[in-house]
Amino acid sequence: MKIVVCIKQVPDTAEVKLDPKTNTLIREGVPSIINHDDKAGLETALQLREQVGGTVTVVCMGPPQADVALREALAMGADEAYLLSAREFGGSDTYATATILAAALRKIGFDLVITGRQAIDGDTAQVGPQIAEQLHIPQVSYAEALRAEGDHVIVQRQFEDRSHLLQVQLPCLVTALSELNQARYMSVGGIVDAYAKDVTVWGFEDLKNDLNPAFIGLNGSPTNVFQSFGKQLRAPGVVLSGLSADEAVDAIMQTLIQRHII
Amino acid sequence: MSKDIFVIVEQRGGAVQKVSYELIGEAAKLSADLGEQVVAVLLGHEIAHKAETLVQYGADKVLVVDHPVLADYTTEPYVKAVEYIIRTYDPNIVLFGASSIGRDMAPRIAGRVHTGLTADCTRLDVDVKKYQDYLRTSTSLSLQPERIDALDTSDRYLKMTRPAFGGNVMATIVCRKYTPQMATVRPGVMEMPQKDESRRGEIVMVDAGLSMEDQNVTILQVVPSDKKAVDITKAKVLVSGGRGVGGAEGYEPLRQLAALLGGEVSSSRIGVDNGWIEKSRQVGQTGKTVHPDLYIACGISGAIQHLAGMEGSEFILAINKDASCPMMKIADLGIVGDLKVILPKLIAAIKAYKLSQTV
Repeated sequence: MKIVVCIKQVPDTAEVKLDPKTNTLIREGVPSIINHDDKAGLETALQLREQVGGTVTVVCMGPPQADVALREALAMGADEAYLLSAREFGGSDTYATATILAAALRKIGFDLVITGRQAIDGDTAQVGPQIAEQLHIPQVSYAEALRAEGDHVIVQRQFEDRSHLLQVQLPCLVTALSELNQARYMSVGGIVDAYAKDVTVWGFEDLKNDLNPAFIGLNGSPTNVFQSFGKQLRAPGVVLSGLSADEAVDAIMQTLIQRHII
Repeated sequence: MSKDIFVIVEQRGGAVQKVSYELIGEAAKLSADLGEQVVAVLLGHEIAHKAETLVQYGADKVLVVDHPVLADYTTEPYVKAVEYIIRTYDPNIVLFGASSIGRDMAPRIAGRVHTGLTADCTRLDVDVKKYQDYLRTSTSLSLQPERIDALDTSDRYLKMTRPAFGGNVMATIVCRKYTPQMATVRPGVMEMPQKDESRRGEIVMVDAGLSMEDQNVTILQVVPSDKKAVDITKAKVLVSGGRGVGGAEGYEPLRQLAALLGGEVSSSRIGVDNGWIEKSRQVGQTGKTVHPDLYIACGISGAIQHLAGMEGSEFILAINKDASCPMMKIADLGIVGDLKVILPKLIAAIKAYKLSQTV
């Protein structure tokens, strides 16, 4: 089975702060990681390869620094890696991103495409389904379990109040939840190998036969950012410290009574 | 020319989901600014009798696509039905609930009809003056009034506002080059409209050309969630626990307190990640957005991702050992102290008070 996993390098959003004066993100010194959902998807791909044979290819669109994310994927055990990096790709929204990734996937070939459900920076969960749409293949979102059976995959899909066990024929695309799998650690041998292997870098020229320049990048994106800003926090209230437990309870009781909660 | 605001109604097992009414309410507000109609799109099998209720909540027209292939949600038949509606009726705006189903279907539809889609919106505006008021009163842009004043007030595009970077930043997105302008909207954020049983509207049955062969995945089994899912977004009082509760058993006093106050127990992410409490009770960026009358934050320090889900609460009471944590900064009343001492005493005090009121 030829499995291709799309990964994204993201800033660890727990560490991102907003500059209140300029309303821009302070990204300096913020570590970059492989998006959690994507990493769980990669782990699943590696386990599937162990069970049914085949290859695992990782694809990442991003700046040249995203090479590190692909090396980490190679160190975990991926067979080959592609970095899609070009000035023409910059500023792409989810539609344009999916257009570029789909072009690369058509060139690479695939039986099963795995993406993460959503990236922790954008939180859109749109790129996976939009890749599937452009490739004209079925999608199953929110996978919490996955196994292969002949030319089908069986996916447990999580909804808010229930899960569904779905059977879908290959080729198809599955979006992974981070709870799908606990990613393995890079092995020492794997890390050494990862830097011996090649990461293939594709720019616009490499994909242009299959890519309409009017539909990619900032200008080709259907959506654009109109404004960005921080939230204004609520007005501060009263903080009571140094109270005895009984005094604290009295203060809470007064509030509950005043607000007609009890 | 593209016109009207379409709401893709979500039903599960024939039950219309609350988010769909919220969207109809929001669409009605936008339609007043645009001078356009609210059109609800109801997809399913043997569901036409639900159309009237959608009118009573504010739809001017309901398009019903009724087909056996739509009985249970699978992606392709639903995408095909909405694609047909968009190509036939040429809407200006299409709104979906940002639920599992909405977020599975909407990106695929946006791809198929080639338009933009904004995910998980928490605010929608057409009217620039209302948008400017929002920026002035509720955002950090209030510090840069010149940027707010510079906006073109004749702009009638849909301005779709959403949190990004884990709630650290808000972004307003526009889709100017294509129609329809599409958004998924976070459940529990828009106001529930009033039902008006005297409202009348047009109900149209639509044949979208579906067939059973459109379904390209097979549902083998429905696996119910092992815990009965509670809807914390409907609770008037939430007693919420974080790292400070210390473990699964630490939620017990919170449950007692919630029961006494007629509320529910909820949690920050840490309690869910540690398996102390079920995921359906998680509040925050990756959980639910809530705005109860009273939110009692017990041992929750207040990571920005958590605050994103509860800062719209009417009154926030925080109990925490750490006086300097972010939750204390947004709390209406912050009590610095030990939960394990305060909660049992509080429970006893409420019981005593209630008893005194009944005598």
